[in-house]
Amino acid sequence: MTGLVAIGSFAAGMLGALTGLGGGMIIVPMLTLVFGVDIRYAIGASLISVIATSSGAAAAYVREGYTNIRIGMFLEVATTLGALGGAYIAGLISTSAIAVIFSLVLAYSAYRSFQPREEHSIDGPPDKWATRLRMDGTYPTAEGMQPYTVHAVPTGFSLMFLAGILSGLLGIGSGAVKVLAMDQAMRLPFKVSTTTSNFMIGVTAAASAGVYLHRGYIDPVLAFPVMLGVLAGALTGARVLAGAKVRALRTIFTVVIVFLAVEMAYKGLRGGI
Amino acid sequence: MSEPLWRTGRWSDEHVELFVGNLLRWGVIIAAAVTVVGGALFLSLHGGRIADYHVFHGQPDALKSVSEVVANALRFQPEAVIQLGLLLLIATPIARVALSLLAFVKQHDRTYIVVTAIVLGLLLYSLTGAGA
Repeated sequence: MTGLVAIGSFAAGMLGALTGLGGGMIIVPMLTLVFGVDIRYAIGASLISVIATSSGAAAAYVREGYTNIRIGMFLEVATTLGALGGAYIAGLISTSAIAVIFSLVLAYSAYRSFQPREEHSIDGPPDKWATRLRMDGTYPTAEGMQPYTVHAVPTGFSLMFLAGILSGLLGIGSGAVKVLAMDQAMRLPFKVSTTTSNFMIGVTAAASAGVYLHRGYIDPVLAFPVMLGVLAGALTGARVLAGAKVRALRTIFTVVIVFLAVEMAYKGLRGGI
Repeated sequence: MSEPLWRTGRWSDEHVELFVGNLLRWGVIIAAAVTVVGGALFLSLHGGRIADYHVFHGQPDALKSVSEVVANALRFQPEAVIQLGLLLLIATPIARVALSLLAFVKQHDRTYIVVTAIVLGLLLYSLTGAGA
């Protein structure tokens, strides 16, 4: 079983990287639906893999100068609080309820991945919170360092709290909600929002992983092929990304995601999870 | 990487970013290496044991607390060695936050010292098991 889990996790990590959805979105349904693993073990293993891929990718991004550490640090207050709350809620509600919530987030993430991301104009007055917290920054572009301003900090902060709850409850990176907060609300440039969101995912997942560990939800024998598989898959995916036909891949992948979401909702409602 | 931070005493954002990048990379590499060793140990002893994860029974206490995991890993108990690797992985972003806190202290940035201390406090609260 260890070998099969490792191969499945490799595929999940690669697809997660290629589509930008992250490995956690596929790991939990794969473990529960294909391998029949209890969803609490699946979430524990997924959290671990989320920390690995996020930290691995962030190591490269931070050095390129896109990541805004101040914005990340400030929003981590919201995501870690949310993650602790989410991990706490996971211990209170039934596994069927977790499965149904998971399927809804899965469907939403697939839908979001099809929405085109529009680059916002970077001018306009910044939010007073952004000024007070010195969040405005610069990022490298083809024309040199480009300054940007940050908007709607309270809205972004609230959405990040929600992203944290989902991360702690479902064992995912909540990329779709984070993008919503940083792209749409705070109007950061893509590169800055993507890399800063990725930078935060590891800290958010670490906050709930501690709670999962002490509850006994992290099984080492299940988690090690998952973690190593997803990490290797994500690294491979990032290499392939440059030359791949992302559009076609995303379409195929979305069909898989929708199928998984329906299956999880069905099994959750029938009490099969 | 360039000169270590503590030697140059330069705590500009660029230097901190470079150091954070290296910390994250080495954290993941070391954690993965320990996990591989533990996994190899486990497989050599148990082979492809068909584990049953259909029924949730939680983990034994030996794998649930940080001190127990470290103690058992030092005795080369395979599951504990894997769990130690996973703990190192969880510790990597926490170390990153601690480093950011140190950087903000060096920069005399009061607002972000408070912000970062809150995040670090929440992470340690979770890891030490106070919240479970």
